[in-house]
Amino acid sequence: MNQTVTNNLTGLKMFEWLKQQKALIALLVLIVVASLLNDQFFTTGNLMNILRQTSVNAIIAVGMTLVILTAGIDLSVGAILALTGALGASMVSAELPLIVALPLTLLLGGALGAMNGLLISKGKVQAFIATLVTMTAIRGLTMVYTEGRPISTGFTDTADSFAFIGTGWMAGVPVPVWLMLITFVLIWALLTHTRLGRYIYAIGGNESAARLSGINVDRVKIAVYALSGTMAALAGLIVTSRLSSAQPTAGTSYELDAIAAVVVGGASLAGGRGFIWGTLVGALIIGFLNNALNLLDVSSYYQMIAKAGVILLAVLADRKANA
Amino acid sequence: MKALLSLTGIEKSFPGVKALDGAQLNVYPGQVMALMGENGAGKSTMMKVMTGIYQADAGQITLNGEPVTFNGPRQSQAAGISIIHQELNLIDNLSIAENIFLGREPQKALGFIDWTKMFDDADALLARLNVQRSSREKMGNLPLGEQQMVEIAKALSFDSNIIVMDEPTDALTEPETQSLFNVIRELRQEGVGIVYISHRLQEIFTICDRVTVMRDGQFVAESATSDLNEESLIELMVGRKLQDLYPRVDHQSGQISMTVRNLSGKGINDISFDLHEGEILGFNGLMGAGRSELMRVLFGDVKRIRGVVELYGEPIHPVHPSEGIKAGIAYISEDRKGDGLVLGMSVKQNMSLSSLTALSYMGAINADKEHAQATYFKDAFNVKTPSLDQPIGKLSGGNQQKAAIAKGLMAKPKVLILDEPTRGVDVGAKREIYELINQFKQEGMSIILVSSDMPEVMGMSDRIMVMKDGCISGEFDATNVTQEQLLAAAIGKH
Repeated sequence: MNQTVTNNLTGLKMFEWLKQQKALIALLVLIVVASLLNDQFFTTGNLMNILRQTSVNAIIAVGMTLVILTAGIDLSVGAILALTGALGASMVSAELPLIVALPLTLLLGGALGAMNGLLISKGKVQAFIATLVTMTAIRGLTMVYTEGRPISTGFTDTADSFAFIGTGWMAGVPVPVWLMLITFVLIWALLTHTRLGRYIYAIGGNESAARLSGINVDRVKIAVYALSGTMAALAGLIVTSRLSSAQPTAGTSYELDAIAAVVVGGASLAGGRGFIWGTLVGALIIGFLNNALNLLDVSSYYQMIAKAGVILLAVLADRKANA
Repeated sequence: MKALLSLTGIEKSFPGVKALDGAQLNVYPGQVMALMGENGAGKSTMMKVMTGIYQADAGQITLNGEPVTFNGPRQSQAAGISIIHQELNLIDNLSIAENIFLGREPQKALGFIDWTKMFDDADALLARLNVQRSSREKMGNLPLGEQQMVEIAKALSFDSNIIVMDEPTDALTEPETQSLFNVIRELRQEGVGIVYISHRLQEIFTICDRVTVMRDGQFVAESATSDLNEESLIELMVGRKLQDLYPRVDHQSGQISMTVRNLSGKGINDISFDLHEGEILGFNGLMGAGRSELMRVLFGDVKRIRGVVELYGEPIHPVHPSEGIKAGIAYISEDRKGDGLVLGMSVKQNMSLSSLTALSYMGAINADKEHAQATYFKDAFNVKTPSLDQPIGKLSGGNQQKAAIAKGLMAKPKVLILDEPTRGVDVGAKREIYELINQFKQEGMSIILVSSDMPEVMGMSDRIMVMKDGCISGEFDATNVTQEQLLAAAIGKH
């Protein structure tokens, strides 16, 4: 008798846990179905390919997760990717040592993000508007700076080493995938084990209560947007390195893909609820879906519609769960 | 006499608490029925059952002798019941008339709004309530008291034969209250049945014909007002003598811990007082008198304009709650849901939220330390929760409040400010919170207790300051003051 009760209890807990893992289950289903439909799908080469393609969106989505956890939004990440990519390419082509150029580029992305944070916290501009403004301005700056043309990283030794970031492999895994994994682990640690992480959840859950609990809300928001900008700059380096040149239009609409990954991963746009691993799963779902549809020769027009369907499903499933 | 509406044997449970357990209420035509009971006695739940916002688990509702069920406020409204809620449900950006007729605007042909009729009807309602305003004015421009009058006008506009008034005078001035009473007398003449909920005993004896008393979700008594006096009514409400409800401890207060001199800020003006160690200093006054604003200036959440605050001789002028906490002030908000707790976070995470600096090393939270601290406070305050990782929103009001106090105390304050600490807390948990507060007092903590509940502030405090319009309007020795004296100071009559 008691045994059954315990079994039922663990069964119930399993069920509850599975309910939380809808995105993960969807990802597994997607992989199984895609593998059955096309024998090219489940091969190491293709899987690594997908992971590498996903890494840029996933890295941006990490920063976006932080922002969305505070009940904010960051539309400027695609533009930051383009500008930092262009500046990075210029530094590399000028043969600035990478040990200086890379941190400088990341710092620049952080500074641009911090500007968003300042506008939102001190300027009291809504996040959507503030980052829409900076997105437009940074996009414009990129065009001015590049004169609308790609910037090549050149053909120097520096450029060759720089190419390793986007094209290199380590231990059988592409470097961008390593960077993605490191980013996720670091931000996971930040969210679960540090004061800042706790404050991020508290602000998204109830900003007034966070303030009255003595949390410097402005400072946390600035930090969060700065991190988002830094992530965008890292993505910018990867994209630039992969192509050995910076495209002025790089990163266009990447902010929307990142938001989609976060939402599919189960975070709430209202803030305070969401997990970093969910975002990884969300980014992978979008990446795997694109790849599978490519392999199945589905036109990219239909791919967009399929992506929209996945996002809608994710949100509806989430609403059901929280109703 | 035949009742217009009667509710009998009503039961209603929520997860973890039985809010109503055999509650009963009769509404008679042309009579004002007072519904009395302490906070948490179940009055609001009863009103929600009556208007169909909640469905009763058991019991019967009869309207004109016919059993009815209401599945939502629209159904009860259609049946002729309207309610004036304690919280205002008004839209600031719309005009007074639009607020009154929201969702049922008078229409002309083709569905166009008949603005002339709408404004004229609204003006007539305002005139009836003696409100000197044009119904074209924006709602947001009105002071709180007049907004309440608009809410009353809205209820009147339904031409209901039963009107429920939940604390209608809370935000009203004396002349506004008199206008309301005149309208109530008119309605009574017209045969309307009125349910009147108020904490103000004088009002009950002025305007009500009969009284129904509830306690702990149960029906206690129904009686003609003329058969009762204040003392017997209070006894019915609390079910014991006042002294038993408020376990005052006698304790010699110590040295002065905080001095406030000529403090002014947004919503407060020229406030001066001293606070001692081991003392409970009560703050009473009407809604909007500036009590919470004063506390938030002390805490650093509202801007100070002039004046001096000293804590043990050191001037402290926090400009952010983080500085207030660092200086040694804990402020437990009156609004747990609004700005007191992060309801989606766990009990433990809420408790430690103000103390994470002390619980971390180089930015990383020491999970063991945090758990130990939270466990200590959970046990010391008897917070009833299945686990420290339970989302705090799932706890009862009383346990949420205990956790909120734990949050304040974990930061090791010198002064503890409790703003309405027993609001929305059931009677049993109330007593536990009082005992906790007394324990802090005996340990020498300096305590400020802000409360609108007169028996509470009288039963717990050593001294009572009364505020009105942002100023201190009276100071009393709590052992030697009457409700009348407090009220007189609160409304400014001497």
